[in-house]
Amino acid sequence: MAIIEQPRTNVALPAGTGAPALVTPKEAKGMFARPVEPKGWRDWVFTVDHKKIGIMYGVVAFVFFIVGGLEAMLIRLQLAAPNGKVLSAEQYNQMFTMHATTMVFLFVMPMASAFANYFVPLQIGARDVAFPRINAFGLWTFVAGAIFVNLSWFLGGGADGGWFMYAPNSTKMFSPGHGVDFWAFGLQITGIASLTGAINLIVTCINMRAPGMSLFKMPIFTWMIMVVQFLLVFAMPVITVALFLLSFSRGFGGAFFDVKQGADPLLWQHLFWIFGHPEVYILVLPSFGIVSEVLPVFSRKPLFGYKFVAISGAAIGFVGWGVWAHHMFASGLGPISVLVFSMATMMIAVPTGVKIINWTLTMWGGKLRFTTAMLFAIGLIVEFTIGGLSGVTHAVAPSDTQQTDTYYIVAHFHYVLFGGAIFGLFSGFYYWWPKVFGRLLNERWGKANFWLMVIGMNLTFGPMHIVGLQGQPRRMYRYDESNVHARFWNAISTVGAFVLALGILCFIVNVVITHRSKNPAVKAPLDPWDARSLEWMTSNPPPAHNFDAIPTVHELDEFFHRKYAVDHETDEIKQIATAEQIMAEQMAHAEKDIHLPSPSYWPLVVSLSLPIIGFGVIYSHILIAVGALVTILGLFGWSMEPSVATKDDYEPPAPTDDAIKELTA
Amino acid sequence: MSTAAVAEHGTSHDDHGGGHGHTSTGLSNNKLAMWLFLGSECLLFGGLISTYMLYRGRHVKGPGPDQVFSIPYTSVSSFVLLMSSLTMVLAVAEAQKRNIDKAKLWMTVTAVLGATFVGGQVFEFTEFYRKGLGYTTSLFGSSFYTLTGFHGVHVTVGIIMLMATVGMLKSNKVPGDKAEVIELVGLYWHFVDIVWILIFTLVYLIPA
Repeated sequence: MAIIEQPRTNVALPAGTGAPALVTPKEAKGMFARPVEPKGWRDWVFTVDHKKIGIMYGVVAFVFFIVGGLEAMLIRLQLAAPNGKVLSAEQYNQMFTMHATTMVFLFVMPMASAFANYFVPLQIGARDVAFPRINAFGLWTFVAGAIFVNLSWFLGGGADGGWFMYAPNSTKMFSPGHGVDFWAFGLQITGIASLTGAINLIVTCINMRAPGMSLFKMPIFTWMIMVVQFLLVFAMPVITVALFLLSFSRGFGGAFFDVKQGADPLLWQHLFWIFGHPEVYILVLPSFGIVSEVLPVFSRKPLFGYKFVAISGAAIGFVGWGVWAHHMFASGLGPISVLVFSMATMMIAVPTGVKIINWTLTMWGGKLRFTTAMLFAIGLIVEFTIGGLSGVTHAVAPSDTQQTDTYYIVAHFHYVLFGGAIFGLFSGFYYWWPKVFGRLLNERWGKANFWLMVIGMNLTFGPMHIVGLQGQPRRMYRYDESNVHARFWNAISTVGAFVLALGILCFIVNVVITHRSKNPAVKAPLDPWDARSLEWMTSNPPPAHNFDAIPTVHELDEFFHRKYAVDHETDEIKQIATAEQIMAEQMAHAEKDIHLPSPSYWPLVVSLSLPIIGFGVIYSHILIAVGALVTILGLFGWSMEPSVATKDDYEPPAPTDDAIKELTA
Repeated sequence: MSTAAVAEHGTSHDDHGGGHGHTSTGLSNNKLAMWLFLGSECLLFGGLISTYMLYRGRHVKGPGPDQVFSIPYTSVSSFVLLMSSLTMVLAVAEAQKRNIDKAKLWMTVTAVLGATFVGGQVFEFTEFYRKGLGYTTSLFGSSFYTLTGFHGVHVTVGIIMLMATVGMLKSNKVPGDKAEVIELVGLYWHFVDIVWILIFTLVYLIPA
């Protein structure tokens, strides 16, 4: 194994030999000594390791998945029968707003960040991301923002304007509580997290690739993540502007959405959807990346048309900027705008269709293994295609004006987001669990998990197509008993929601029994799936420094090409090495003197200062100044602290290299 | 013991000389990140400027632009800000020639010119307020103060960055490549200046 050369204080310094004069921590750069090799919870809280940060992103996102799921269950219970009495109209408004906000911003986006953080450096053969401390900052800022948004439940009720929070409907006059303020500032904070994370990951993808890995040798998951990060860099500032205008209108009396003053209600809609449409690709492309990894492995074939899949991902990213107004067909944009956006929306179906065809052809003629990860990937192809087809009906503007604000829309976006984004994430859980935790999730529970989720989602969201086309309006908080159709299909939807919840419960049970089990069979072998990409060329879980020796890349699917080669006599593909042999060779060439970035307090300090500013905006303007001061001080401390701990940061100071040499000589 | 292993793969961001030549593309991580950030900022100001342009001439009460703007006054303060870009260029040039002392001097001059601009803006705002243009008065008031206010905050952050860099250079606390740190501050500063050229043209010069 490689030796991580960090100055250790336990190098035996014989007493009285006169340890060399060193800098004391007081003279060290920074304000107080940094955490060095912390233990226990401090190891996690102050870490800058992309793998630990990835795991924490995943845990927090999953907690919010449960929160958002419970909100959804309350919605379905309210609609289970006519004249539902579970929620009042006000509570119902808050419930669907917070359900969507939680699922979009606090579950799918951070869960994609979890995968991206953990696997992008591993897939490109790097030891960490480009800016490890900014990575930690992104995590804690997201956590701070997520908690901040949800605090509104305890401080006067959640936001109630729908997840797109149309102004003027969300201004003080129509939503007098603090819910929208918490929502706006909370999303502002998570936006900062997304922006810094995006810059970090783009620089990582562009600059930190292992030798030999050109852009078109990058694993497809990393490709999709890179496209998503570009979308984030350019989409987040637009929602930032919109949220500022809303906050300033509500807090300081800005006139932006005051129609009496001549304001245009379409301003918010345009700003929101210029962000909002790229956002839907931000949600779904990481999952596309995951299934593009899973399908080839379990079909034992390379991804069909790798370059096409990569480029169509980028094309979706580009065209995704030109379709936002299809969310606004019913707002009276005028025939030319409607025509242009209608055409663009139909066009974006092309690169998406390219992907569906490529995935299908990847499986065509392959030796399929129906593991749970594979089932979820196939589930994505099927369910996303259904959602995509109803999407094309929205692109046809005359049909869309009939569907706007009905359950047909609700059905559509749940098929693409639940059947697309979330199925992809679950595929990723099962595929990469052995990599992250060194244990294989139980396949039997996994299959129960998959089938309950598939049946559940189709029962829940399928009937919404029907009631939607029959005219059931979205955001309707109860209905009359005379509406026989609505009664039947809404009851089915509610049953489906419980089946879905049962499926997710199976996943939780699966995780618990996998980690409780003493059966040696749960321990993952080195290469459990006969995988293809670089992240499998290291132990499960990987060591802190990821790779003992940074691999030199010659091929797309480098790991596969190290294991298999074409036998020129028989023209058949033969195994030439096992994963264990490849690992052993790496260890033999292990690099010494690997210096990893050291833990730091500063990202946490800066992150925690942001909600203070948020409280200031809502309750007392003095707190804004306090929070801003903490932010600035935190940034100062941060900028004066080198990313790798210097020897004088250790307490007592670590001996210098020369001293160690002298002593060990 | 060398620290080369990680620097070679550019792991840590302010590592050992900024990571020049050790990255896949040869570009420095820090500079790439700054360009991405500025790209993002373009959309931020794009949104704010669009809001202002959408509401141009749509205010129903209070003074309009032609009643409050004093073009000669704002031209002078714009000139001051543009000159600060020149002094910033001089600072970067000196830093690249390793004349850190001179670079510090030019950065201080840049900060002073920037502060003059911000001071001018504060004075201008009070003047407008006296003429009856409050933040809540009209669409013009809200969108004008928000746009120029955001720009002013950006200049202020730039001044803090400049002075912090000067201070850290003085106490020798800048990790990594000093010239590159100064260049990065310079990139931000020029960006903020370019945004002002747009704002000055679109908001002040084009008659309402």
